[in-house]
Amino acid sequence: MQTDRPVPAPNPETAPYWKAARDHRLTLPRCLACGKYHFYPRSLCPFCASRSLAWEPCSGRGVVYSYTEVFRAPSPAFAADVPYVVAIVALDEGPHLMTRLVLPGGMSPGIGQPVEVLYEDLDDELSLPRFRATQP
Amino acid sequence: MNPTARCSIVGIGESAVGKVPDRSALQLQADATTAALTDAGLTIADIDGLITTPVRVEAWNMPCGVVASYLGIRPDYLLTVDLAGASGAAMIHHAAMAIAAGQCTTVLCVAGQNLLSNRSRSHAVKAMAESGAAHPQFEVPYGPLVASNYALIARRHMHEYGTTEEQMAEVAVTMRRHASLNPNAHKRDLISVSDVLKSPMITSPLKILDCALVSDGAAAAIVTSADRARDLRQKPACLLGQGYGLRHSYIGETLNVTSSGAVDSGRKAFAMAGLKHSDIDVAELYDCFTITVIIELEDLGFCKKGEGGAFVQGGRIGLEGELPVTTHGGLLSGGHCGVGGGFFHVLEAVRQIRGSAGARQIGNAETVLVHGNGGTIAIHCTLILGAAAAV
Repeated sequence: MQTDRPVPAPNPETAPYWKAARDHRLTLPRCLACGKYHFYPRSLCPFCASRSLAWEPCSGRGVVYSYTEVFRAPSPAFAADVPYVVAIVALDEGPHLMTRLVLPGGMSPGIGQPVEVLYEDLDDELSLPRFRATQP
Repeated sequence: MNPTARCSIVGIGESAVGKVPDRSALQLQADATTAALTDAGLTIADIDGLITTPVRVEAWNMPCGVVASYLGIRPDYLLTVDLAGASGAAMIHHAAMAIAAGQCTTVLCVAGQNLLSNRSRSHAVKAMAESGAAHPQFEVPYGPLVASNYALIARRHMHEYGTTEEQMAEVAVTMRRHASLNPNAHKRDLISVSDVLKSPMITSPLKILDCALVSDGAAAAIVTSADRARDLRQKPACLLGQGYGLRHSYIGETLNVTSSGAVDSGRKAFAMAGLKHSDIDVAELYDCFTITVIIELEDLGFCKKGEGGAFVQGGRIGLEGELPVTTHGGLLSGGHCGVGGGFFHVLEAVRQIRGSAGARQIGNAETVLVHGNGGTIAIHCTLILGAAAAV
Protein backbone atom coordinates (compact mmCIF):
# COMPACT_ATOMS: atom_id res chain seq x y z
CA MET A 1 0.00 0.00 0.00
CA GLN A 2 1.32 3.42 -0.94
CA THR A 3 1.84 5.63 2.07
CA ASP A 4 0.28 8.72 0.49
CA ARG A 5 -2.96 6.94 -0.40
CA PRO A 6 -5.90 8.44 1.52
CA VAL A 7 -7.05 5.87 4.08
CA PRO A 8 -9.95 5.99 6.51
CA ALA A 9 -9.21 7.67 9.84
CA PRO A 10 -11.67 6.03 12.24
CA ASN A 11 -13.11 8.26 14.96
CA PRO A 12 -15.08 7.29 18.08
CA GLU A 13 -18.30 7.24 16.08
CA THR A 14 -17.04 5.16 13.15
CA ALA A 15 -14.55 2.89 14.95
CA PRO A 16 -17.03 0.00 15.29
CA TYR A 17 -17.52 -0.05 11.51
CA TRP A 18 -13.80 -0.15 10.80
CA LYS A 19 -13.11 -2.65 13.58
CA ALA A 20 -15.71 -5.00 12.09
CA ALA A 21 -14.30 -4.41 8.60
CA ARG A 22 -10.87 -5.43 9.85
CA ASP A 23 -12.48 -8.73 10.88
CA HIS A 24 -14.12 -8.90 7.45
CA ARG A 25 -17.61 -8.23 8.73
CA LEU A 26 -19.93 -5.53 7.40
CA THR A 27 -22.01 -3.79 10.05
CA LEU A 28 -24.54 -0.97 9.86
CA PRO A 29 -26.11 1.28 12.49
CA ARG A 30 -29.75 0.35 13.05
CA CYS A 31 -32.39 2.32 14.91
CA LEU A 32 -33.96 0.39 17.77
CA ALA A 33 -36.99 2.70 17.69
CA CYS A 34 -38.05 2.66 14.02
CA GLY A 35 -36.05 -0.37 12.89
CA LYS A 36 -34.38 1.34 9.93
CA TYR A 37 -30.73 0.94 9.02
CA HIS A 38 -28.76 4.00 8.04
CA PHE A 39 -25.31 4.79 6.62
CA TYR A 40 -23.02 6.78 6.84
CA PRO A 41 -23.06 6.48 10.65
CA ARG A 42 -24.72 9.10 12.83
CA SER A 43 -25.33 9.38 16.55
CA LEU A 44 -29.03 9.82 15.95
CA CYS A 45 -31.40 8.13 13.52
CA PRO A 46 -31.79 10.36 10.43
CA PHE A 47 -35.33 9.05 9.96
CA CYS A 48 -36.82 9.43 13.47
CA ALA A 49 -34.10 11.22 15.51
CA SER A 50 -34.00 8.42 18.09
CA ARG A 51 -30.66 8.04 19.81
CA SER A 52 -31.27 4.33 20.46
CA LEU A 53 -28.96 2.84 17.89
CA ALA A 54 -27.05 -0.41 17.62
CA TRP A 55 -24.45 -1.75 15.20
CA GLU A 56 -25.88 -4.83 13.50
CA PRO A 57 -24.32 -7.28 11.10
CA CYS A 58 -25.54 -6.95 7.55
CA SER A 59 -25.75 -9.44 4.71
CA GLY A 60 -22.99 -7.82 2.67
CA ARG A 61 -25.20 -8.24 -0.37
CA GLY A 62 -26.83 -5.72 -2.63
CA VAL A 63 -26.99 -4.45 -6.19
CA VAL A 64 -25.04 -1.85 -8.16
CA TYR A 65 -27.01 1.42 -8.02
CA SER A 66 -24.53 3.35 -10.19
CA TYR A 67 -20.92 3.10 -11.27
CA THR A 68 -18.13 4.98 -13.03
CA GLU A 69 -14.92 3.70 -14.53
CA VAL A 70 -12.12 6.05 -13.47
CA PHE A 71 -9.39 6.58 -16.07
CA ARG A 72 -7.66 9.58 -14.55
CA ALA A 73 -6.64 9.12 -10.90
CA PRO A 74 -7.29 11.99 -8.49
CA SER A 75 -3.73 11.70 -7.19
CA PRO A 76 -0.55 9.69 -7.89
CA ALA A 77 -1.50 7.34 -5.03
CA PHE A 78 -4.30 5.86 -7.17
CA ALA A 79 -2.50 6.02 -10.52
CA ALA A 80 -1.42 2.35 -10.49
CA ASP A 81 -5.05 1.25 -10.09
CA VAL A 82 -6.33 2.98 -13.23
CA PRO A 83 -8.76 2.09 -14.67
CA TYR A 84 -10.90 1.17 -11.66
CA VAL A 85 -14.63 1.11 -11.07
CA VAL A 86 -16.09 3.28 -8.29
CA ALA A 87 -19.68 2.34 -7.55
CA ILE A 88 -22.61 3.06 -5.31
CA VAL A 89 -24.10 -0.15 -3.95
CA ALA A 90 -27.68 -0.40 -2.68
CA LEU A 91 -27.44 -2.86 0.21
CA ASP A 92 -30.23 -5.39 0.81
CA GLU A 93 -30.80 -3.67 4.16
CA GLY A 94 -31.61 -0.35 2.44
CA PRO A 95 -28.66 2.01 2.80
CA HIS A 96 -26.37 2.96 -0.06
CA LEU A 97 -22.60 3.20 0.15
CA MET A 98 -19.71 4.09 -2.12
CA THR A 99 -17.23 1.36 -2.88
CA ARG A 100 -14.87 -0.08 -5.47
CA LEU A 101 -16.25 -2.81 -7.70
CA VAL A 102 -14.37 -6.07 -8.31
CA LEU A 103 -15.33 -7.61 -11.67
CA PRO A 104 -14.23 -11.23 -12.08
CA GLY A 105 -13.18 -12.56 -15.45
CA GLY A 106 -13.58 -9.47 -17.58
CA MET A 107 -17.18 -8.92 -16.49
CA SER A 108 -18.52 -5.44 -17.33
CA PRO A 109 -20.15 -3.29 -14.68
CA GLY A 110 -23.90 -2.76 -14.88
CA ILE A 111 -26.65 -1.12 -12.88
CA GLY A 112 -28.71 -3.73 -11.03
CA GLN A 113 -25.85 -6.25 -10.97
CA PRO A 114 -25.91 -8.36 -7.77
CA VAL A 115 -22.82 -7.89 -5.63
CA GLU A 116 -21.34 -9.18 -2.37
CA VAL A 117 -18.77 -7.71 -0.04
CA LEU A 118 -15.13 -8.68 0.09
CA TYR A 119 -12.23 -6.92 1.76
CA GLU A 120 -9.02 -5.23 0.75
CA ASP A 121 -6.58 -5.40 3.65
CA LEU A 122 -4.71 -2.10 3.69
CA ASP A 123 -2.58 -3.06 6.70
CA ASP A 124 -2.98 -4.90 10.01
CA GLU A 125 -5.45 -2.32 11.30
CA LEU A 126 -7.54 -1.34 8.29
CA SER A 127 -9.56 -3.25 5.72
CA LEU A 128 -11.62 -1.57 3.04
CA PRO A 129 -14.94 -3.17 2.06
CA ARG A 130 -15.25 -3.68 -1.69
CA PHE A 131 -17.97 -5.42 -3.65
CA ARG A 132 -17.66 -8.21 -6.19
CA ALA A 133 -20.15 -8.80 -8.96
CA THR A 134 -21.64 -12.26 -8.49
CA GLN A 135 -23.36 -12.51 -11.89
CA PRO A 136 -23.57 -10.31 -14.96
CA MET B 1 -43.32 41.75 0.93
CA ASN B 2 -39.90 40.16 0.80
CA PRO B 3 -37.65 42.85 2.35
CA THR B 4 -34.60 41.74 0.37
CA ALA B 5 -36.46 42.72 -2.82
CA ARG B 6 -35.59 46.30 -1.92
CA CYS B 7 -31.93 45.53 -2.65
CA SER B 8 -30.12 45.80 -5.96
CA ILE B 9 -26.81 44.92 -7.57
CA VAL B 10 -25.35 48.23 -8.74
CA GLY B 11 -21.77 47.37 -9.69
CA ILE B 12 -19.99 44.35 -11.15
CA GLY B 13 -16.39 43.61 -12.03
CA GLU B 14 -14.17 40.75 -13.14
CA SER B 15 -10.43 40.23 -13.01
CA ALA B 16 -8.69 38.66 -15.98
CA VAL B 17 -9.89 35.02 -16.17
CA GLY B 18 -8.10 31.94 -17.44
CA LYS B 19 -4.39 31.52 -16.94
CA VAL B 20 -3.29 34.62 -15.05
CA PRO B 21 0.10 33.63 -13.66
CA ASP B 22 1.14 37.07 -12.44
CA ARG B 23 -1.66 37.57 -9.86
CA SER B 24 -2.20 36.23 -6.33
CA ALA B 25 -5.67 35.42 -5.02
CA LEU B 26 -5.90 38.79 -3.25
CA GLN B 27 -4.65 40.65 -6.29
CA LEU B 28 -7.32 39.00 -8.45
CA GLN B 29 -9.98 39.95 -5.87
CA ALA B 30 -8.65 43.51 -5.77
CA ASP B 31 -8.79 43.68 -9.58
CA ALA B 32 -12.42 42.56 -9.55
CA THR B 33 -13.24 44.98 -6.71
CA THR B 34 -11.73 47.98 -8.48
CA ALA B 35 -13.65 47.10 -11.63
CA ALA B 36 -16.92 46.79 -9.67
CA LEU B 37 -16.41 50.11 -7.87
CA THR B 38 -15.65 51.87 -11.15
CA ASP B 39 -18.70 50.26 -12.73
CA ALA B 40 -20.91 51.48 -9.86
CA GLY B 41 -19.31 54.93 -9.63
CA LEU B 42 -18.48 54.30 -5.98
CA THR B 43 -15.27 54.37 -3.96
CA ILE B 44 -13.98 51.94 -1.37
CA ALA B 45 -15.08 54.46 1.28
CA ASP B 46 -18.71 53.82 0.29
CA ILE B 47 -18.40 50.13 1.20
CA ASP B 48 -19.58 49.28 4.73
CA GLY B 49 -20.17 45.56 4.31
CA LEU B 50 -17.93 42.79 2.98
CA ILE B 51 -18.85 39.23 2.03
CA THR B 52 -16.46 36.67 0.58
CA THR B 53 -15.85 32.91 0.41
CA PRO B 54 -13.00 30.62 1.43
CA VAL B 55 -10.15 29.95 -1.02
CA ARG B 56 -8.10 26.79 -1.56
CA VAL B 57 -4.75 28.21 -2.62
CA GLU B 58 -3.77 29.83 0.68
CA ALA B 59 -4.63 29.32 4.33
CA TRP B 60 -6.79 32.26 5.38
CA ASN B 61 -8.09 32.49 8.89
CA MET B 62 -11.48 34.29 8.63
CA PRO B 63 -11.40 35.03 4.87
CA CYS B 64 -13.78 38.00 5.20
CA GLY B 65 -11.35 39.63 7.62
CA VAL B 66 -8.35 38.96 5.39
CA VAL B 67 -10.07 40.42 2.32
CA ALA B 68 -11.57 43.44 4.15
CA SER B 69 -8.25 44.29 5.73
CA TYR B 70 -6.38 43.89 2.44
CA LEU B 71 -8.81 46.21 0.65
CA GLY B 72 -8.73 48.79 3.44
CA ILE B 73 -12.37 48.35 4.43
CA ARG B 74 -13.49 48.71 8.05
CA PRO B 75 -16.90 47.12 7.63
CA ASP B 76 -20.01 47.39 9.78
CA TYR B 77 -20.92 43.91 8.58
CA LEU B 78 -18.75 41.06 7.35
CA LEU B 79 -19.27 37.41 6.56
CA THR B 80 -17.59 34.41 4.94
CA VAL B 81 -20.16 32.39 3.00
CA ASP B 82 -19.13 28.76 2.64
CA LEU B 83 -21.73 26.90 0.58
CA ALA B 84 -19.17 25.64 -1.96
CA GLY B 85 -20.47 26.28 -5.47
CA ALA B 86 -23.69 27.84 -4.17
CA SER B 87 -21.67 30.56 -2.41
CA GLY B 88 -21.75 33.03 -5.31
CA ALA B 89 -25.53 33.23 -5.44
CA ALA B 90 -25.79 33.07 -1.65
CA MET B 91 -23.43 36.04 -1.16
CA ILE B 92 -25.96 38.29 -2.94
CA HIS B 93 -28.77 37.03 -0.73
CA HIS B 94 -26.75 37.55 2.45
CA ALA B 95 -25.78 41.06 1.34
CA ALA B 96 -29.44 41.88 0.76
CA MET B 97 -30.41 40.47 4.16
CA ALA B 98 -27.76 42.52 5.93
CA ILE B 99 -28.92 45.70 4.18
CA ALA B 100 -32.63 44.93 4.77
CA ALA B 101 -31.86 44.40 8.45
CA GLY B 102 -30.15 47.77 8.67
CA GLN B 103 -26.72 46.36 9.46
CA CYS B 104 -25.03 48.22 6.61
CA THR B 105 -25.88 50.09 3.42
CA THR B 106 -23.51 49.02 0.66
CA VAL B 107 -21.95 45.55 0.51
CA LEU B 108 -19.02 44.37 -1.57
CA CYS B 109 -19.28 40.67 -2.46
CA VAL B 110 -16.02 39.34 -3.88
CA ALA B 111 -14.56 35.88 -4.53
CA GLY B 112 -11.88 34.20 -6.58
CA GLN B 113 -8.35 32.91 -6.61
CA ASN B 114 -5.43 31.74 -8.76
CA LEU B 115 -6.62 28.13 -8.67
CA LEU B 116 -4.79 27.19 -11.87
CA SER B 117 -1.50 29.04 -11.51
CA ASN B 118 -0.90 28.68 -7.78
CA ARG B 119 0.40 25.14 -8.19
CA SER B 120 -0.92 23.17 -11.17
CA ARG B 121 -4.08 21.75 -12.65
CA SER B 122 -3.19 18.30 -11.24
CA HIS B 123 -2.69 19.74 -7.80
CA ALA B 124 -6.09 21.46 -7.96
CA VAL B 125 -7.75 18.19 -9.06
CA LYS B 126 -6.19 16.31 -6.12
CA ALA B 127 -7.01 19.06 -3.63
CA MET B 128 -10.64 19.15 -4.76
CA ALA B 129 -10.97 15.35 -4.63
CA GLU B 130 -9.80 15.41 -1.00
CA SER B 131 -11.51 18.67 -0.02
CA GLY B 132 -14.51 17.04 1.64
CA ALA B 133 -16.97 16.93 -1.26
CA ALA B 134 -16.48 13.18 -0.95
CA HIS B 135 -16.71 11.66 2.55
CA PRO B 136 -13.17 11.41 3.94
CA GLN B 137 -13.72 7.97 5.50
CA PHE B 138 -16.36 6.30 3.37
CA GLU B 139 -15.69 7.69 -0.11
CA VAL B 140 -12.23 9.26 -0.61
CA PRO B 141 -10.37 5.96 0.11
CA TYR B 142 -11.99 4.44 -3.01
CA GLY B 143 -10.40 7.08 -5.24
CA PRO B 144 -13.27 9.11 -6.73
CA LEU B 145 -12.54 12.37 -8.53
CA VAL B 146 -15.00 15.17 -7.92
CA ALA B 147 -15.98 14.33 -11.49
CA SER B 148 -16.58 10.69 -10.47
CA ASN B 149 -19.23 11.78 -7.99
CA TYR B 150 -21.04 13.51 -10.86
CA ALA B 151 -20.37 10.58 -13.20
CA LEU B 152 -22.29 8.36 -10.77
CA ILE B 153 -25.22 10.76 -11.15
CA ALA B 154 -24.88 10.85 -14.93
CA ARG B 155 -24.76 7.06 -15.24
CA ARG B 156 -27.87 6.66 -13.08
CA HIS B 157 -29.69 9.41 -15.00
CA MET B 158 -28.88 7.60 -18.26
CA HIS B 159 -30.21 4.36 -16.75
CA GLU B 160 -33.44 5.83 -15.41
CA TYR B 161 -34.32 8.25 -18.19
CA GLY B 162 -32.38 7.24 -21.28
CA THR B 163 -30.24 10.37 -21.21
CA THR B 164 -27.35 10.06 -23.67
CA GLU B 165 -23.71 11.11 -23.81
CA GLU B 166 -24.60 13.11 -26.95
CA GLN B 167 -27.16 15.11 -24.96
CA MET B 168 -24.64 15.88 -22.24
CA ALA B 169 -22.16 16.90 -24.95
CA GLU B 170 -24.73 19.44 -26.23
CA VAL B 171 -24.35 21.32 -22.96
CA ALA B 172 -20.58 21.57 -23.38
CA VAL B 173 -20.93 22.67 -27.00
CA THR B 174 -23.45 25.36 -26.05
CA MET B 175 -21.30 26.68 -23.21
CA ARG B 176 -18.33 26.93 -25.55
CA ARG B 177 -20.38 28.79 -28.13
CA HIS B 178 -21.43 31.28 -25.44
CA ALA B 179 -17.85 31.61 -24.19
CA SER B 180 -16.68 32.33 -27.74
CA LEU B 181 -18.68 35.56 -27.49
CA ASN B 182 -17.28 36.42 -24.05
CA PRO B 183 -13.96 38.28 -24.37
CA ASN B 184 -12.95 37.35 -20.80
CA ALA B 185 -13.71 33.61 -21.11
CA HIS B 186 -10.99 31.04 -20.48
CA LYS B 187 -11.74 28.80 -23.51
CA ARG B 188 -13.19 30.38 -26.64
CA ASP B 189 -12.48 27.95 -29.52
CA LEU B 190 -15.69 26.35 -30.78
CA ILE B 191 -16.19 22.61 -30.24
CA SER B 192 -18.63 20.07 -31.67
CA VAL B 193 -20.57 17.19 -30.11
CA SER B 194 -18.12 14.87 -31.81
CA ASP B 195 -15.18 16.74 -30.20
CA VAL B 196 -16.74 16.21 -26.77
CA LEU B 197 -17.46 12.53 -27.39
CA LYS B 198 -13.92 11.95 -28.66
CA SER B 199 -12.21 13.87 -25.85
CA PRO B 200 -10.38 11.73 -23.27
CA MET B 201 -12.61 9.70 -20.96
CA ILE B 202 -11.99 10.84 -17.38
CA THR B 203 -14.56 8.95 -15.35
CA SER B 204 -17.22 7.28 -17.47
CA PRO B 205 -19.50 8.55 -18.88
CA LEU B 206 -17.83 11.96 -18.39
CA LYS B 207 -15.13 13.05 -20.82
CA ILE B 208 -12.74 15.91 -20.18
CA LEU B 209 -15.00 18.29 -22.13
CA ASP B 210 -17.93 17.35 -19.84
CA CYS B 211 -15.94 18.78 -16.92
CA ALA B 212 -15.46 22.32 -15.65
CA LEU B 213 -12.17 24.07 -16.27
CA VAL B 214 -9.62 24.95 -13.60
CA SER B 215 -9.00 28.70 -13.89
CA ASP B 216 -7.57 31.79 -12.28
CA GLY B 217 -10.00 34.63 -11.76
CA ALA B 218 -12.15 36.67 -9.40
CA ALA B 219 -15.51 38.43 -9.56
CA ALA B 220 -17.06 41.20 -7.49
CA ALA B 221 -20.52 42.71 -7.14
CA ILE B 222 -21.81 45.62 -5.08
CA VAL B 223 -25.24 45.42 -3.46
CA THR B 224 -27.12 48.37 -2.00
CA SER B 225 -30.67 49.41 -1.21
CA ALA B 226 -33.04 50.15 -4.07
CA ASP B 227 -33.35 53.71 -2.75
CA ARG B 228 -29.59 54.32 -3.06
CA ALA B 229 -29.49 52.45 -6.36
CA ARG B 230 -31.72 55.11 -7.92
CA ASP B 231 -28.96 57.71 -7.56
CA LEU B 232 -26.24 55.52 -9.08
CA ARG B 233 -25.18 55.32 -12.69
CA GLN B 234 -26.10 51.73 -13.57
CA LYS B 235 -29.51 50.23 -14.18
CA PRO B 236 -30.00 48.18 -11.00
CA ALA B 237 -30.64 44.44 -10.94
CA CYS B 238 -33.05 43.74 -8.09
CA LEU B 239 -33.25 40.59 -6.01
CA LEU B 240 -36.86 39.47 -6.55
CA GLY B 241 -36.67 36.11 -4.84
CA GLN B 242 -34.38 33.43 -3.57
CA GLY B 243 -34.49 29.98 -2.05
CA TYR B 244 -32.21 27.33 -0.62
CA GLY B 245 -32.43 23.57 -0.79
CA LEU B 246 -30.49 20.62 0.57
CA ARG B 247 -31.44 16.95 0.43
CA HIS B 248 -28.14 15.23 1.16
CA SER B 249 -24.51 15.92 1.82
CA TYR B 250 -22.68 12.95 0.27
CA ILE B 251 -23.61 11.33 -3.02
CA GLY B 252 -22.76 7.81 -1.84
CA GLU B 253 -25.39 7.76 0.88
CA THR B 254 -28.31 9.52 -0.75
CA LEU B 255 -30.99 7.13 -1.97
CA ASN B 256 -31.82 9.22 -5.06
CA VAL B 257 -28.95 10.78 -6.97
CA THR B 258 -30.95 12.04 -9.93
CA SER B 259 -32.92 14.76 -8.18
CA SER B 260 -31.69 17.40 -5.81
CA GLY B 261 -32.44 20.23 -3.43
CA ALA B 262 -32.80 22.45 -6.50
CA VAL B 263 -36.44 21.32 -6.47
CA ASP B 264 -36.85 23.16 -3.17
CA SER B 265 -34.65 26.18 -3.85
CA GLY B 266 -36.38 26.82 -7.17
CA ARG B 267 -39.90 26.44 -5.80
CA LYS B 268 -39.15 28.89 -2.96
CA ALA B 269 -37.48 31.43 -5.26
CA PHE B 270 -40.40 31.45 -7.72
CA ALA B 271 -42.91 31.73 -4.87
CA MET B 272 -41.06 34.64 -3.25
CA ALA B 273 -40.73 36.47 -6.56
CA GLY B 274 -44.35 35.76 -7.47
CA LEU B 275 -43.20 34.66 -10.90
CA LYS B 276 -43.60 31.60 -13.11
CA HIS B 277 -41.20 29.83 -15.43
CA SER B 278 -42.48 31.60 -18.52
CA ASP B 279 -41.41 34.90 -16.92
CA ILE B 280 -37.72 33.88 -16.97
CA ASP B 281 -35.83 35.32 -19.93
CA VAL B 282 -32.44 33.76 -19.18
CA ALA B 283 -31.27 31.04 -16.75
CA GLU B 284 -27.67 31.27 -15.54
CA LEU B 285 -27.33 27.69 -14.30
CA TYR B 286 -24.36 26.23 -12.45
CA ASP B 287 -22.50 23.97 -14.85
CA CYS B 288 -19.66 22.21 -13.04
CA PHE B 289 -20.36 19.20 -15.27
CA THR B 290 -22.68 18.80 -18.24
CA ILE B 291 -25.06 16.53 -16.31
CA THR B 292 -25.48 19.25 -13.67
CA VAL B 293 -27.28 21.54 -16.13
CA ILE B 294 -29.63 18.74 -17.22
CA ILE B 295 -30.60 17.96 -13.62
CA GLU B 296 -31.05 21.64 -12.74
CA LEU B 297 -33.36 22.22 -15.72
CA GLU B 298 -35.52 19.36 -14.44
CA ASP B 299 -35.39 20.16 -10.74
CA LEU B 300 -35.99 23.88 -11.23
CA GLY B 301 -39.09 22.93 -13.22
CA PHE B 302 -38.15 24.10 -16.72
CA CYS B 303 -38.99 20.57 -17.89
CA LYS B 304 -40.23 17.33 -16.37
CA LYS B 305 -37.92 14.95 -14.53
CA GLY B 306 -36.12 12.84 -17.09
CA GLU B 307 -36.64 15.28 -19.97
CA GLY B 308 -33.54 17.41 -19.32
CA GLY B 309 -31.49 15.51 -21.91
CA ALA B 310 -33.98 16.26 -24.67
CA PHE B 311 -34.37 19.84 -23.42
CA VAL B 312 -30.73 20.75 -24.07
CA GLN B 313 -30.89 19.56 -27.69
CA GLY B 314 -31.85 21.47 -30.80
CA GLY B 315 -30.40 24.78 -29.68
CA ARG B 316 -33.08 25.26 -27.02
CA ILE B 317 -30.56 26.45 -24.38
CA GLY B 318 -28.57 28.56 -26.85
CA LEU B 319 -28.72 32.32 -27.28
CA GLU B 320 -31.54 32.00 -29.84
CA GLY B 321 -33.28 29.23 -27.91
CA GLU B 322 -36.46 29.25 -25.86
CA LEU B 323 -34.42 29.33 -22.64
CA PRO B 324 -30.90 30.71 -23.06
CA VAL B 325 -28.74 29.06 -20.38
CA THR B 326 -25.49 30.29 -18.83
CA THR B 327 -24.85 32.86 -21.50
CA HIS B 328 -21.26 33.73 -20.50
CA GLY B 329 -20.00 30.19 -21.03
CA GLY B 330 -20.12 29.10 -17.41
CA LEU B 331 -17.66 26.89 -15.58
CA LEU B 332 -17.32 24.57 -18.58
CA SER B 333 -15.83 27.27 -20.83
CA GLY B 334 -15.99 30.69 -19.20
CA GLY B 335 -13.78 29.63 -16.30
CA HIS B 336 -13.88 27.97 -12.87
CA CYS B 337 -11.82 29.49 -10.09
CA GLY B 338 -13.23 27.28 -7.31
CA VAL B 339 -15.77 28.52 -4.80
CA GLY B 340 -16.02 31.86 -6.62
CA GLY B 341 -16.79 30.20 -9.97
CA GLY B 342 -20.54 30.41 -9.60
CA PHE B 343 -20.35 34.13 -8.90
CA PHE B 344 -19.65 34.83 -12.58
CA HIS B 345 -23.18 33.55 -13.28
CA VAL B 346 -24.55 36.36 -11.08
CA LEU B 347 -22.50 38.97 -12.96
CA GLU B 348 -23.76 37.69 -16.29
CA ALA B 349 -27.36 37.93 -15.03
CA VAL B 350 -26.74 41.57 -14.15
CA ARG B 351 -25.30 42.25 -17.64
CA GLN B 352 -28.33 40.63 -19.27
CA ILE B 353 -30.71 42.78 -17.19
CA ARG B 354 -28.73 45.93 -18.02
CA GLY B 355 -28.64 45.02 -21.70
CA SER B 356 -24.85 45.16 -21.66
CA ALA B 357 -24.01 41.54 -22.54
CA GLY B 358 -22.80 42.51 -26.01
CA ALA B 359 -22.94 39.72 -28.58
CA ARG B 360 -24.51 37.50 -25.92
CA GLN B 361 -27.38 39.86 -25.11
CA ILE B 362 -30.78 38.20 -25.01
CA GLY B 363 -33.17 40.83 -26.39
CA ASN B 364 -34.41 43.06 -23.61
CA ALA B 365 -34.08 40.47 -20.88
CA GLU B 366 -35.83 41.64 -17.71
CA THR B 367 -35.93 38.61 -15.46
CA VAL B 368 -33.01 36.22 -14.97
CA LEU B 369 -32.75 33.12 -12.80
CA VAL B 370 -29.35 32.30 -11.29
CA HIS B 371 -28.67 28.92 -9.76
CA GLY B 372 -25.71 27.85 -7.64
CA ASN B 373 -24.93 24.26 -6.70
CA GLY B 374 -22.49 23.22 -4.00
CA GLY B 375 -20.96 19.83 -3.22
CA THR B 376 -22.30 16.94 -5.27
CA ILE B 377 -25.70 18.42 -6.20
CA ALA B 378 -25.99 18.95 -2.44
CA ILE B 379 -26.52 22.62 -1.50
CA HIS B 380 -28.61 24.79 -3.80
CA CYS B 381 -29.26 28.51 -3.93
CA THR B 382 -31.59 29.98 -6.54
CA LEU B 383 -31.89 33.72 -7.15
CA ILE B 384 -34.36 35.52 -9.37
CA LEU B 385 -33.05 38.92 -10.44
CA GLY B 386 -35.11 41.50 -12.25
CA ALA B 387 -35.02 44.91 -13.81
CA ALA B 388 -37.64 46.33 -11.48
CA ALA B 389 -38.00 45.74 -7.75
CA ALA B 390 -41.15 43.90 -6.79
CA VAL B 391 -42.16 46.76 -4.55
